[in-house]
Amino acid sequence: MSEVTSLIKNLAEKYGKNREALMPILQAIVEKNHYLSEEVMKEIAETLDLSAAQVFGTATFYSFLDTEPKGKYVIRVCKSIIAEMKGKKEIIKTLEKTLKIKVGETTPDRFFSLLETNDIGWSDQEPSMLINDIPYTNLTPEKVINIITEYRSK
Amino acid sequence: MSSINLKKTDVIFGLCQECQVPQRYPVLAEVIKKDPRDIIDEIVDSGLRGRGGAGFPTGLKLKFTAVQADPEKYVLCNADEGEPGTFKDREILLKVPGKVFGGMAICAHVLKAKKGYVYLRGEYKFMLPELNKVLDDFHKTIKNLGYDFHIEFLMGSGAYVCGEETSLMESMEGKRGEPRNKPPFPVVEGFRNKPTMISNVETYVNITMIQKYGVDTFCKMGTQDSRGSKVFSVSGDTPIPGVYELELGMKLSDFVEEYGDGDTKAVQVGGASGFCVPRRKFEETIIGFEGIPTGGSMMLFNSSRSMYNVLSNYLDFFAEESCGQCTPCRVGCQQLVKGIKAVKNGEKEPEYLDVLLKLTDSMKLTAKCGLGQSVANSFSTIVSNFKEEMIY
Repeated sequence: MSEVTSLIKNLAEKYGKNREALMPILQAIVEKNHYLSEEVMKEIAETLDLSAAQVFGTATFYSFLDTEPKGKYVIRVCKSIIAEMKGKKEIIKTLEKTLKIKVGETTPDRFFSLLETNDIGWSDQEPSMLINDIPYTNLTPEKVINIITEYRSK
Repeated sequence: MSSINLKKTDVIFGLCQECQVPQRYPVLAEVIKKDPRDIIDEIVDSGLRGRGGAGFPTGLKLKFTAVQADPEKYVLCNADEGEPGTFKDREILLKVPGKVFGGMAICAHVLKAKKGYVYLRGEYKFMLPELNKVLDDFHKTIKNLGYDFHIEFLMGSGAYVCGEETSLMESMEGKRGEPRNKPPFPVVEGFRNKPTMISNVETYVNITMIQKYGVDTFCKMGTQDSRGSKVFSVSGDTPIPGVYELELGMKLSDFVEEYGDGDTKAVQVGGASGFCVPRRKFEETIIGFEGIPTGGSMMLFNSSRSMYNVLSNYLDFFAEESCGQCTPCRVGCQQLVKGIKAVKNGEKEPEYLDVLLKLTDSMKLTAKCGLGQSVANSFSTIVSNFKEEMIY
């Protein structure tokens, strides 16, 4: 059994084999593999007895369920109007310079992906960003550089 | 400067700390002895309205769910707090999650529901380990009190529209988060097509507090149409951004006096889907159901800000988050984004703004859900009050 097949099998045991299990399964795979490949989605469809289109339809609807390969650490910078007012641009510039990639890209070592996202619920502490699930707030360029250095040494 | 007219309260976070102690939950021990009909009457009498933004009377929602014949009912908590400028549910879940679970259990007792779900936005996943710990203790305690009710967390994955109650249910069922047609309303056919009580995080805390302190205490706060207090998320050009609990029915001028930086030009009340109030209307604007209702998002802008940038940011947001299911919203949002750019760049005459205003009117009438319908709110209030900024 391939690694993916056994992963899906385990998840189906944990969450069940009905359609309601689909979101938790997709979320768990993104957490582990950092994206959903076509192969994975087809395999989930088979396991849950859904059409591949149903799985693909659900997966592509949600912005956090990536269907393109992403880095181990996905950085999502908040782009709300409040974030913009509080210096989001500087944060993006710093990240682009530090990671040597543009927004939307992934580093060649597949360690970081840099994205922008809509309001993440920290308007009282902008600028802010998520790295995978962890929020970082009240960002400054210096703080961002330190955070990235910390992640690089992980 | 502190406004003397602003009535600060501390019901949600401060009162009844023992409601938070997992081994006790004193309110729930009392509630289980009560006749569900009395609880419904109390919530109706309190005048509590949903705290997510739409403001539907909570007691009626509970009553409508309770009268459904189907014995399989669900209690859902909408924790998909995605409205730009809102973060009060984050604080409530971080500080007083027990009061949220308590409110859900009270509704479960009324409805004889066995299962409850909290749909938590993906952006708040970092809270999950702590919340599940509190929930474990909660389950043990209420089981001892005689409740047969179990709550589970389900996660969102970054889709604003899932805050709309029917798309939230679609999402919980493993589908694309596209809103359903209403009717049937969730009280009749909700999650798994069963009668479902769905409310905002803060609303459930209010249910707990009404059961703890009684209807009269709750009714003493706020105004005739806007009973109780409200948790506000204050952000933007303010020296003190954060979460504040205030009695409803205040004047916006009093709010600005307290939270503004002395140079407030406009306040966006209720997030991107809410209304923009310019300085000259602060005095006459009431925050509450008799004036401008809000889920709590209050974004302040001072004279240095371009209202064109504000509107443009909101429209980009809507265009991205539109689920694409209905044409008025899908195409409408894209045309608005293009339209204001064209006017700003001089490619279109200023009169074109009137055409765009008509478009938002159509969206209000024809879009399927609250997302598409409410684009008109910010668009019309920003364009009409700051027309020069849209053109020059």
